[in-house]
Amino acid sequence: MYVYDELDRTLVIERVAEFRDQVGRRRSGELTEEEFKPLRLMNGVYLQLHAYMLRIAIPYGTLSSRQLRMLAHVGRRYDRNYGHFTTRQNIQFNWIKLESLPDAMADLASAGLHGMQTSGNCVRNITTDQWSGVAPDEIEDPRIWAELLRQHTTLHPEFSFLPRKFKIAVTAATHDRAAIKVHDIGLRLHRNGAGETGFEVLVGGGLGRTPFIAKSIRPFLPKRDVLSYVEAVLRVYNQFARRDNIYKARIKILVHDLGAEAFAREVETEWQHIKDGPLALDPAVVAEIAARFRYPDYARLGDNPPELIALRKADRRFDSWYGNAVAKHKMLGYAIVTLSLKPEGGPPGDATSDQMDAIADLADRYSFGEIRVGHEQNLVFPHVAQRDLGELWRALDTVGVATPNIGLVSDIIACPGLDYCSLANARAIPVAQELTRRFRDLDLARDLGRLHINISGCINACGHHHVGHIGILGVEKNGEEFYQITLGGRADERAELGALLGPAVPYGKVADVVEEVVAAYLELRERRSETFVETVKRLGVEPFKERVYATH
Amino acid sequence: MTSPLQQKLKITGPVIVTANRLGDGAVIYRTRDGNWSTRLDEAAVVSTAPAATELLAAAVADDISAVGAYVAPVRIGADGRPEPGNLRESIRYAGPTVAPAIAIGF
Repeated sequence: MYVYDELDRTLVIERVAEFRDQVGRRRSGELTEEEFKPLRLMNGVYLQLHAYMLRIAIPYGTLSSRQLRMLAHVGRRYDRNYGHFTTRQNIQFNWIKLESLPDAMADLASAGLHGMQTSGNCVRNITTDQWSGVAPDEIEDPRIWAELLRQHTTLHPEFSFLPRKFKIAVTAATHDRAAIKVHDIGLRLHRNGAGETGFEVLVGGGLGRTPFIAKSIRPFLPKRDVLSYVEAVLRVYNQFARRDNIYKARIKILVHDLGAEAFAREVETEWQHIKDGPLALDPAVVAEIAARFRYPDYARLGDNPPELIALRKADRRFDSWYGNAVAKHKMLGYAIVTLSLKPEGGPPGDATSDQMDAIADLADRYSFGEIRVGHEQNLVFPHVAQRDLGELWRALDTVGVATPNIGLVSDIIACPGLDYCSLANARAIPVAQELTRRFRDLDLARDLGRLHINISGCINACGHHHVGHIGILGVEKNGEEFYQITLGGRADERAELGALLGPAVPYGKVADVVEEVVAAYLELRERRSETFVETVKRLGVEPFKERVYATH
Repeated sequence: MTSPLQQKLKITGPVIVTANRLGDGAVIYRTRDGNWSTRLDEAAVVSTAPAATELLAAAVADDISAVGAYVAPVRIGADGRPEPGNLRESIRYAGPTVAPAIAIGF
C-alpha cells in the first residue's frame, strides 16, 4: 500500500471545504451552471441522464480494505447501495445528490479518496498493471512512477486546462495488462542492452472517434528523466494541439498530423531546455516515494502446499476456479487472485455495498488488507497465501465474485451506456447481460479460451470496443439501436484495432451474431491452442463475415 | 458550446422541455404553469418552433431550479397524455432498463 503524507491529506481535505462552498453558492444561485460545471468536473461530478454521478479515482488501482469499506459506506449512505468499477481504475456512483456531495466527499477524504483527476481537460488518474508489485514478469513496481507522475500532475497549473483530457498508463511487465498502447502516453519500464532500467515512451494512442495505436517516440529514457520528458510531451501537446475542434483536440490527432518523428523532434527540442533543471529526478526523492509503498510481511512458504493439491483433486469446482482466477505470484507460496465482477446476468463492474464490505473483510483476512482494481472491471487480491485458497474461494463464492470466467467470453467489458450516460447512443449493459446468459456454459467458455468482448454505447469508446477481440459499438439509426461489430482487436503488448465485420445489426440480433462468430471460430481454428484473436489474425474477418451474413 | 437558445429548433411533432433538477439531478419537465414537475403528463406540450423557443427560453432562464434544459420529442398516447418520443427520453423517464447488481441479488 502507498501511505499518503500530510501534504496529500491536507490537499484532499481543503478540496472538500472548497467544494462545499461551491455547492452552497450554486444552490443559492450565486454561481450559474456555466460557472459551476467546470468546478464540479474538477471533482469528478458529472450530470448524467437521471442524476449526478461521482467518479472517484483509485490511483494505480490500489485500494486498502479501509478505503473499500468507505466506498461501501458512500454507496449505502449517499447512493443506491452499489458502485460501478470503470475501465480506468475508477469507481462511479450513479445516483448521488448534489446536496449530499460535500458530505460524501468529506467521508471519502477521511480515507484518502477523492475525485480529482477523474474529469476535465487535465492529466487523468494515472493507471497501471493491477498486478503491480506482485507479478512475476515485472522488473520493478511501476506504481512508484505512477505515483511520482500523480504528484507532479495533480493541480499542475500548466496542465489543468489542456486542449482535452490526457491519460497516462505505466507498465513494467512483459505482458501489458495496462493497455498502454491506447493511452495518450504509455510508459513501458524495461531493461536496455546494458542492463539499465528505463522507459520506452509511446505517445498518441487512444480510442474514441478516431482510434490510434500509440507510436514509440523514445526506445529508452533513463528513469531520472521521466518527469521532464513527460512534461516536454505535455508542453508540445499544449502548444500545438487544436483547441478549435473538440474531436481533433487529443494528442493522437496531433501525433498523427505531425507524424511521430516530427512530434518526437519537437519533444526533444523542448526537453533539452528542461531535462537538467528541477525536474531531473533526485534518486533520494524516488527512494522516498518507493519507501511509502509498504509491502506485506510475507511468510516463508512453499508453492503448491498439500492442502491445495488435495482440494484441487477433490473438488472440480474449486479446481476450475483455481485454473481460471489464480495467477502466479512473485513470492513463493503466494498467489494473485482475481475476483470476477461479471456474474451471469450482472452488469459488468458493479459491486454492491454489502459485497464491498465483505470483500474488504476477506482482504483483511487473506490479502494483507489490500485490493486492486483492473481496467477489465474486476478486482484483485494481490497477496494470498496458497494454503488459504480453498477457504478464500468458498468465501468469495458466497459473496458472488468467484465466477471462473476471468479472461473468458463472459468476462465482458462494458461502459454504462444509454442506461446511465448522457453521451451514449445505445445501451451496453443489457447487451453484456444477454451475452453472459448465452455463454453461461463454463465448459464451452474454457474451450473457447481467451476471448475478450468489449462493448461501448457510443463512439467515445469507454468500453474499449476497438481493442476487444470482439468489439461491439452501439450507434443510433433512425431512433433505433444498432451495433457495429469488430473482430481481432487487442489491448496488450501486441495491441491492434479490430476490423469491421459488416453492416451494423439491431439490438435484438447482437447476441445471435456473436454466437455465430464464436461458432465460426470453433470451426476455423487450426488447433485448440489457437486463440480467437490469433485465428482472426490468420484469416481476417472474411470467413466470419461470410458465415454471419449468410445466416442473418 | 452553443447555447440551446441559439440553436435553430426544427419541430416536426409535439415536444416538451426537459432538464435535470439542480438538487438531485432528477429528470424534470417544464409545466404549463411555468414550474417543473417530475411527471411527464404535467409537461407543457407544444408543436411549433416559436412556442418551443418560448418554452425553452423560460426554462433556461430558471438556472437555479434546473440544469441543461432542452427540447425533446414526445408522442401523444391514446389517452391524450404525452409519452417519451425516443429511447433516450424513455430511459430518462423510466430509469435504466437494467437492474443493478443490488436488485439482482448479488
